[in-house]
Amino acid sequence: MKTWVTPGGVHPPENKHQSLTLPIGTLPIPEKLLIPLSQHIGTAAKPCVELGSAVLKGQKIAEAAGPVSVPMHAPTSGTISAIEHRPIAHSSGMLAPCIEITSDGKDQWQAHQGVADYKNASASTLLQAIAEAGIAGMGGAGFPSAVKLNPGHERPIHTLIVNATECEPYITADDSAIRERAAEIIEGIGILSQILGHPDNIMIGIEDNKPEAIEALEPHVQGSGISVRSFPTKYPSGGEKQLIYILTGQEIPSGGLPADIGMVCINIGTTYAIKRAIVDGEPLISRVTTMTGDACGINRNYETLIGTAVSHMLEHSQFNEERCSRLVMGGPMMGFSLTSAEVPIVKTTNCILAPSYQEIPDDEPAQPCIRCGLCAEACPVSLLPQQLFWYSQAEDYERLEAHNLFDCIECGACSYVCPSNIPLVQYYRHSKGEIQKARAEKVKSDHARQRFEFHQQRMEQAERDKEAKRAARREAAEQAKATAGAANNGAAKATAEGQSGDSAADIIAAAQARAAARKVSPEQQLAKFERSIAGAEMRLQMAEEKLTEADAQQTDEQKNILVAAVEAARQKLEQAKGRLAEHIKEHKGEQVD
Amino acid sequence: MAFKQITSPHAHASQNTGKVMQLVLWATLPGLLALTYHFGWGSLINVLLATATAVVAEALIVQMRGRSVSFYLRDYSAAVTAVLLGLALPPLAPWWVVVVGTLSSIVIAKHLYGGLGYNPFNPAMVGYVVLLISFPIQMTSWVTPLALLPEGVSHPGLIESLSIVFAGYSPADGVTGPTPLDSFKYSDGLLVEQIYSQNQLFSQAGIAGVGWEWVNLGFLAGGLVLLGSRIFTWHGPVAMLAAIAIMSALFWDGGSSDSPGSPLMHLFSGASMMGAFFILTDPVSSTVSNRGRLIYGALIGVLVYIIRAWGNYPDAVAFAVLLANFAAPFIDNYTLPRTYGHIDRRRATEKGEEEKSK
Repeated sequence: MKTWVTPGGVHPPENKHQSLTLPIGTLPIPEKLLIPLSQHIGTAAKPCVELGSAVLKGQKIAEAAGPVSVPMHAPTSGTISAIEHRPIAHSSGMLAPCIEITSDGKDQWQAHQGVADYKNASASTLLQAIAEAGIAGMGGAGFPSAVKLNPGHERPIHTLIVNATECEPYITADDSAIRERAAEIIEGIGILSQILGHPDNIMIGIEDNKPEAIEALEPHVQGSGISVRSFPTKYPSGGEKQLIYILTGQEIPSGGLPADIGMVCINIGTTYAIKRAIVDGEPLISRVTTMTGDACGINRNYETLIGTAVSHMLEHSQFNEERCSRLVMGGPMMGFSLTSAEVPIVKTTNCILAPSYQEIPDDEPAQPCIRCGLCAEACPVSLLPQQLFWYSQAEDYERLEAHNLFDCIECGACSYVCPSNIPLVQYYRHSKGEIQKARAEKVKSDHARQRFEFHQQRMEQAERDKEAKRAARREAAEQAKATAGAANNGAAKATAEGQSGDSAADIIAAAQARAAARKVSPEQQLAKFERSIAGAEMRLQMAEEKLTEADAQQTDEQKNILVAAVEAARQKLEQAKGRLAEHIKEHKGEQVD
Repeated sequence: MAFKQITSPHAHASQNTGKVMQLVLWATLPGLLALTYHFGWGSLINVLLATATAVVAEALIVQMRGRSVSFYLRDYSAAVTAVLLGLALPPLAPWWVVVVGTLSSIVIAKHLYGGLGYNPFNPAMVGYVVLLISFPIQMTSWVTPLALLPEGVSHPGLIESLSIVFAGYSPADGVTGPTPLDSFKYSDGLLVEQIYSQNQLFSQAGIAGVGWEWVNLGFLAGGLVLLGSRIFTWHGPVAMLAAIAIMSALFWDGGSSDSPGSPLMHLFSGASMMGAFFILTDPVSSTVSNRGRLIYGALIGVLVYIIRAWGNYPDAVAFAVLLANFAAPFIDNYTLPRTYGHIDRRRATEKGEEEKSK
């Protein structure tokens, strides 16, 4: 089976064998579980339980808030002991709203059952069940799965890619899950295929350093139309964009989504959760998390309840704090360091890494960049990291954008190879943040300026209208006077023409008034049309900007709204242009006449 | 439990700048050995004297700039600059030539522009050009290769060499002589064939000039080691050598008396190989993208040939490299690679709105 080769990439020591010596284990149920209300991309869930109320395992404790959100469920039975802000696993160490459950130790399930006759259920029924089960992408981004699996009619899906790459060193959560749960995973993929209307291609992408997992999948994919594609191990092959290129040779357009080219890419752990939700009616309340690193005596995978404190995992893994150089949630390439172990495992936590100083020593001080170009050789998306670093230091945002800073996937390959130990990714994150801030401010100031300009125009227009009215009144008065005078004079002169004279004066006056009206209005109207076109153009441009700037992380829903906004603005612009064209035609016609 | 907050990635390859520079130093060894074998102790003295000067100058300047001396000396960049300059200078050049050149490299070309990573021009070549323009006589007298020394004359021994360099003793007659590029340039009115048969520099040589061909092969070997270790990519060196080969083939002129020389002579004479693998590969002052390096290397090759063939200097690598250094930022603006998900390459000078309007 042909696979493609991405540019760049690195080969850090894999260090996966340590956590694969034991099967997936379970931890004792912790006394307290802390469930953050936002473990996914999108709006935080809304609590639907009271403080002190008793909950059963699997019971919903927070509702999805809006379309891009997922509900939360109790990972075990117990009582709600707190609904408040607590520290969560976030690189900034921030506090976030959480629900704390004090376990009653019984681990008692609520009554649950899967979707009845799911093999014949409609896609919307299945999507509803997935949404209700609180499933968000478990590979790291945490995008609500039901939204991802519903890209809309205008984007038919022909390829479903299941991501079993797991290219980060140390992490073996997917690998071990495949080894032990291949049948259920394949069942989950079958459900996905059903939801997506049976796409032409269904592929499982997996690196060739997982022969056991590949072997475990083989018997279950026989005759299912699913192909297992293995390819040479290289970091970061597991990035969505990279995997799609490796398997299909196609690239997702910059700023776009896989659905734009008819593809959906979903993490293999998520497919297992989907199977559990649809077939067994179990919401997402636990996941496989790798506990690894030399600072722990036990390295293995655990089926971990969501909300378990990292410290609880460490306690049961013979953790030695003295030896631990840092505590990382995620892998050694993209994971973020935790300052405290009192934070919960969430739906996206695939690994807790507690390395010793020998494994991951403290960072060396950065030396000057000599532009050696090793970073550019390692970059999987063909950027020039050394130039991005240079312009980040110079805060030259225009150059950064021209160098495609926003296509950086922050995989860390550049920093990994940098002989000068420069924390390159940190510079890029900072610059991205600054540029986004500047953009937001620009939008805000543009709005203000626009409002001000419209206000001024309106005031000027009102002034002009008043002036025009006054002029019209004055003219009418003068004309009335003149007609009165003429009538008086004419009455004496020509009695025979009396009536016709009167009417002739009327006609002249009316014609003059029309001419006067025409003299003012074409120019004014032209200006008005031009103003409205300019306004419409500005709005269209802004809408388009917003759309192009929309992050890959933004949901389809949000994107659709933006697309609709662009379309509406375009239509308004067309209308305005149409009116102007009509006006010009009319005006010309009159001149010709 | 409290842990350190450290940004990702946490893993790091073992490569560091000091190691890269040390590898470059080791890779100059074949060239240095060939120089020492064919031209005596002079080059080794140059290299050691330049290195000592560079390290002292670097330490003083770093100290004056209020930085950590030990931290900056550990990157070995001053040593690399000094060794490359020492290799480029004529053997047995007076000590002050070496010292002035090294100081120009380290103090002016490097630190006055901000130190390692910020110098727009190749420091070794700045030092070389300063010397070439200031002291043309000292800079153009080269030592006669071992194989061509007159009967009874040998290269000065180590002690004698040191006294020539430091005390201004004159070397024995016949110890200094022209280089192949020199003699070729000033053999007017002779067919290439005649030059090759009459001039021992060529008649006793294998491919391009007695001694010189081995020096170039030495630098080629070292360069290939660096290429194999991925210290740099093939684009720059290959483009430069290809440009020299193509230019000299184009203007070969059938070996007439006007011919500027054969491709082989140009590739394996003078500083061709050293320039291709050790000078233009200086990443700081060169272009950044592979496409840019192709253009940059080709530009250097073309300039080297033009100056050698029709300019006043027999060799031209230093001038060509400095001229290309000027052009590097410009080349960089137009040689961005195509990024994933983009239809086309972008220009570095593009404004935000331009791509959107496409």
